[in-house]
Formats: sequence, structure tokens, C-alpha cells
Amino acid sequence: MKRAVFANRWLPILLLVPQVVIIGIFFYWPAIHALRSSFFLQDPFGFGETFVGIENYTSLFHLPAYGRAAMFTVSFTLLVTILSLSIALLFAVKADKVLRGAKTYRTLLMWVYAVAPPVAGVIGIILFNQSWGPLTDLFKFFGWDFALGVNYYDTAFAMVLIAVWKQIPVNFIFFLSGLQSIPKSVREAAMIDNRSASGRFWDVTFPLLAPTGFFLLITNITYSLFDTFGIIDTVVKGEPGNNPMTLVYKIYVDGFRGNDLGGSSAQSVILMVLVLAMTVVQFRLVERRIHYT
Amino acid sequence: MAQVTLSQISKVYPNGAKAVKPASFDIPDGEFVVLVGPSGCGKSSMLRMIAGLEDISTGDLHIGERRVNDLDPADRDIAMVFQNYALYPHMTVRKNIGYGLQNRKIAKAEINRKVAEASALLNLDDYLDRKPSQLSGGQRQRVAMGRAIVRDPELFLFDEPLSNLDAKLRNQMRIEIKALQRRLGVTAVYVTHDQVEAMTMADRIIVMNAGNIEQIGTPFEVYNRPATTFVASFMGAPPMNLMEGTITDGQVRIGDLVVAQNLDHPAGPVTVGIRPEDIIPDAAGQMKIEVSLVEELGAHRLLHGTLGGHPLSVYVSKDNEVRPGVLHVSLKQNAVSLFGKDTGARLS
Repeated sequence: MKRAVFANRWLPILLLVPQVVIIGIFFYWPAIHALRSSFFLQDPFGFGETFVGIENYTSLFHLPAYGRAAMFTVSFTLLVTILSLSIALLFAVKADKVLRGAKTYRTLLMWVYAVAPPVAGVIGIILFNQSWGPLTDLFKFFGWDFALGVNYYDTAFAMVLIAVWKQIPVNFIFFLSGLQSIPKSVREAAMIDNRSASGRFWDVTFPLLAPTGFFLLITNITYSLFDTFGIIDTVVKGEPGNNPMTLVYKIYVDGFRGNDLGGSSAQSVILMVLVLAMTVVQFRLVERRIHYT
Repeated sequence: MAQVTLSQISKVYPNGAKAVKPASFDIPDGEFVVLVGPSGCGKSSMLRMIAGLEDISTGDLHIGERRVNDLDPADRDIAMVFQNYALYPHMTVRKNIGYGLQNRKIAKAEINRKVAEASALLNLDDYLDRKPSQLSGGQRQRVAMGRAIVRDPELFLFDEPLSNLDAKLRNQMRIEIKALQRRLGVTAVYVTHDQVEAMTMADRIIVMNAGNIEQIGTPFEVYNRPATTFVASFMGAPPMNLMEGTITDGQVRIGDLVVAQNLDHPAGPVTVGIRPEDIIPDAAGQMKIEVSLVEELGAHRLLHGTLGGHPLSVYVSKDNEVRPGVLHVSLKQNAVSLFGKDTGARLS
């Protein structure tokens, strides 16, 4: 990288200030605050707090609800990431072959991206409505009595479906542009070297898409963990009960619905550490195997 | 190694553009054929149809005894060298060369042996475990060649393989490719827009323009007896001088000047073509050229001037000291080519 030289030593500091202020106010300050309050037991009505050491943490591990949310989060994240990546890749590979009307096709696929997560959730609720939802009717036709918000697995199914549907367009666009950045002649050379189209895909196209795939892997995991909050909130409709929820949503429920600020802070600290560890592992392990041209 | 037969091959793109108009020719076993022409002339479409990368709109293509129109590129037993080399960036040189064999169910030991053979032939031994991004342009070119020869195909296809190299390397690779093809005896079709490459490498040249084949012939024929004014102006640097003239009373004239005798053709306007090197300075010569510019080329001098108002260039050896001004010249024997004024086709 180029080293910039400033005549005035205050100018670079001045230029950095906005970024530092934003990170400070919106990340470090709340993070430190969360860390601190995770060691306290707050009065539900805001009349003070008691230092309880690591009790907030230890009690979490004895709560079956927390373990359940953690298990759900893991499977939800895996399912959403794997499904939305693979379906989007399939769409991109197919769209890449479309010559006529390619633009219209791509635009139509992109539209879903403009739908905000809560709106996606509401659309999902409409589709899965207990009494007149078209998808519920369809499932009933096949003998599946779909019960959103009542049956744990049905609710989880709907959440995964909506989250995947919402994420496919972004992945699709990235994969498509990744595919189109592979030189045409390299693919043609592969056509001469390998008769099998699937063989060419796994030997040549897929490795060359790996940088895009790695980037999307990280953003999709982040998406499944955090950005699905709106979807989960609308699907659960503020009635957590026995419904599945992710760790992030549980932090909100415990902290703001259950007024257990200490416990919810402890959860957010755990989540922060997990995400940090995961990011390091991803970059250390996965990136090493990827060839950047 | 095989003969390649094209009969009435044409290419029409979905938008109606006729890239290649129906063309027929045979390439005998082991011949090195160069398709040459300006960009957009259809030479690449022709090559890509032979490779199977483009559908053939009409006509039949045979490689050896097989009709290959409907075969996949991988089944045509061809190997192609691309303009930008088209190496697989994530594979080592060894894997790049071996990839085509690996997909043809060839035993590992056999692949290793063939890769080693090809790399020895191309001086790539030290680079087998490198990735293409760590190689120079010339080395990448060699890897692309290796990928082609290791397969031992019936037909080599080259799509402007040297145009990304610098001039010096290009000359060297030109000789290497030609020598390699000679040694292996594999039929080759080579596409280029560079007429020097075409002249130096080809057994036979096919000159194309706007989807038409203008001429098929040996480099000597194409250069000395161009079939059309297009070929005359495209092949040769500097190109053939083309001037408007007339035939009257069996004499070919440019303006008032008689440049040749011709009794075979009816009187009327013609296009007169004279190669710049066929005009020689001659104090006793009848033709007077008004030289306006002298280009110093080292071994030669290129003179630009006019003859009776027509622009013209003359190529003289370095021994001729020429200054801008009037220069008396004469023509070598049989230096004049005649073309129909409207058709552009060669007369006689």
C-alpha cells in the first residue's frame, strides 16, 4: 500500500475522527457497557444493580432454553448459508448461460433484494397463514398440517425458507459477476480438455469462483446470525413461547421483554467472542486455500 | 494427423450477421494453413467453428474421415492455443498440461511421462510446479503449446497466439511453433491478422475479407499473384501500389505513361498494381516519380511520392542514395498486375 505523507500532522487525525467517533459510540461504548453489566444483576425497574460476578454466565449454561436457542442458531445458520449459497450458485450458473432476455431475468431475480427483512417476514406470514395462506393450503393438499407459530419445526421451516429466499438475490448477483469475470477463453479451453460439463464446473469454474464464494460465506453467516432478526421477529410475532429463536433474538427477548439486562449482556458478550473467533478461523483456514488471480 | 475438409461452411449469427459466407477448402494431412485477414473478416469464426466452440450454420466439416459438425469440442481430437493463453490460473503448469489427458482416462504414469516429454521439448522443466501467474508471457505461451502437443491431437488450432508477445519474442516463437509443427507433422490451422506471420509460417495462406475467402495459395502465389485488389493491398508491407489506369491499343497506361504491354484484355479502365520493390531507380528510366518523403529502414529505404498524380511507394536497397525530388525509375519484368476496375479481381 502507498504511504501517504501529510504536511500537517493534525489533518490525518482530523480525517480519522469521524470513523473513530462512529466506531467508539456505536461499538466500543456499548460493548464495554455490555461487558460491565454482564457482571451485574439489574433491578427490573431500574432502581440499582448488584454485582454478581460470573453468575450471569454460569446460569446461562444451566438454562435449557439457552442451549436450545444455541442449537437452533447453529442449524439455522448452517441451513440458511448452505441453501442460499447453493441455490444462488445454481441460479447464477443457469443465468450465465441465458443470452436472450438476460437483463430482464437478472433484474427480476434482484428485486427480492429490495425487500426489507421485516417485510419479507410479513410476506412469509401471509403465505403461511393458518387459515388462508396459499402455502399452508398447498401443504394441506399434500397432507401436511402446517402450523406456523404453533409447531416448533414448522415455524423453523418457515424462518429458514424466508431467510433463504431473502438472501438468494445478493448471492446470485455476486456469483453471476464472479462467473462473468472468468475469461471466456479459459472456459473454452476447458471445453476442449474436458467433455463433461459438470467436470468442467468442479475443476475450473468452481475454483475460480472460490474468492467470491469465500466472501459470500462470511457475509451469509453474518446475515443468518444477525440480519435475520427482522424476519424472526415478525414470524414469532412477539410470542416467543416455544418458538425457535436465534441467539441474537434471545438477547432481545431476555433483555427487553424479560427485563434481565445482566443476563442478556452476558449472552451478547458470549456471542461477540464467538463471532470474533469464527472470523479469525475463517480467515486463517479457508482463505489460505483460495487462489486469487 | 488428418486431412480437414470444409464444404460450404458458413456462419450466420442470430442477429443476422453473416460472419462467414459459404466456404469450401481442403487442408491436406500435415499442412500448416494460415487464415489471415483484418479484424472482423470471419477468420476467428471460421477457426471457432472448426474447434466446435461455435455452431456451424450450414455445410459439413470433416476431420479425417469423421463428420464432426455435431461433436463436442472435446470429441473432435483437436487442441487449441488461445490468444491470451487461457491457462487455468489455479493449476500448476504440470496440471495445466496434464488436465486434458486426465479427463481422457489415461493412466497416471502415462500422463506423467507425456507431461515430462512435452515440458522437456518446450524447456519448461523448471517451471512445472509454478502457477501461470508466476510465469512470463513467453513461458505462458509455451505452457499453452504444451497443453496442445501433449494431447497428440489430429489437428492444432491457433487463435492469434503471438499477438500478446513483444516483437522480439514473437519472432522467436514464430520459428519455434513452425518447427514444432514440422517435427510433429500435425495438421494446423493458424489465425492471425499479421501478414508477416502468415507469410513466414504458412504452407498455404487463406486470405479472408468480410466473410469471403479472397484467395487460397502458397505465400509465394499470394504475394506475387494476388487474386484481388484486397489481397494486393493486405499482403506485403508496404502494400502493393494500386493505381487507376487504362488499356488502349494493347498498352497499359497510367495517365500518359505506358507501363506494360497487354494484348489479352479489351480496352478500358483497369486497376494497375505494382509492388514497391519492383520499381527500381534507373537514370535511363522513362517513369518519373516525384519523391516527397524518404523513410530510412536500415537495410532499405522506403520512398513516398507520386506518379502522374497517383500516390505511390518505392522500396529501394540501402545502396541507393535518394533525396526528395524527381527520381527516374523503371519496372522489373512482369512487375505489373492488372485488376478489373469494378470487380477488383485479377485479370489473367
